[in-house]
Amino acid sequence: MTLPADQQLADYRDYLLRYALYRLRDEAAAEEAVQDTLLAALQAKQGFAAQSSVKTWLTGILKHKIIDAQRRLCRDPFQLDERVDEDGDSSDFDSLFDTQGHWGSEAPRNWAKPEAALEAQDFWRVYAECSERLPKRTALVFAMRESLGLEIDEICQNLEISTTNCSVLLYRARMSLRLCLEKNWFGLQA
Amino acid sequence: MMNCKQATRMVSAGLDRKLALSERLALRVHLFLCERCTHFARQSRFLRQAAQAAARRDKSDAER
Repeated sequence: MTLPADQQLADYRDYLLRYALYRLRDEAAAEEAVQDTLLAALQAKQGFAAQSSVKTWLTGILKHKIIDAQRRLCRDPFQLDERVDEDGDSSDFDSLFDTQGHWGSEAPRNWAKPEAALEAQDFWRVYAECSERLPKRTALVFAMRESLGLEIDEICQNLEISTTNCSVLLYRARMSLRLCLEKNWFGLQA
Repeated sequence: MMNCKQATRMVSAGLDRKLALSERLALRVHLFLCERCTHFARQSRFLRQAAQAAARRDKSDAER
């Protein structure tokens, strides 16, 4: 198999971008990972010969770039406000509970036929908006756990964060997503 | 006795690791008595289902 021409590599750009965006949830980071991938691909001519398809080969390189990018995102100084205390404090949801730790006025209500929502186009618009409201690192950990089905240990290792930290971020993601979906979808369904 | 705040954390933890027997028992008792936390538990499981469905949707978009 011969090395693909530059133009052919560029043809895979859109696919790779969507792949990276889905995993990173950050446009700038996704674009950077794809650019790094294409650059590495053009430089590593010999690496390609043994591979079955250009797409598989590029995706393989991209996976490594994504892991690097995930690490960088977690260390990003602009994300410091999301830093969680090691004791697992999630005080940002305190307002939902009274002083005894029982639900206040925004307690979870019953959701009628949640499975049916999965078939509704409008639900996915609301879901996307709710996901975008999550802080980046929280969204990333939630996607790794729930969409990709990774074990919590793998996530911690990949992102170089503690298990406690990981659990707190997952808790925040769940609290925040369910509240947002209830306010903007399930609470509005008659 | 576990309060709702602790119960929600336990529900979330239970989706990510196997709970100890004592944790499972305390949570089960709480959920038996608390309808609102039962909603929370069901909704957390639904979020997993939704996240997986969202991933399948993203994937079929990416492959189109």
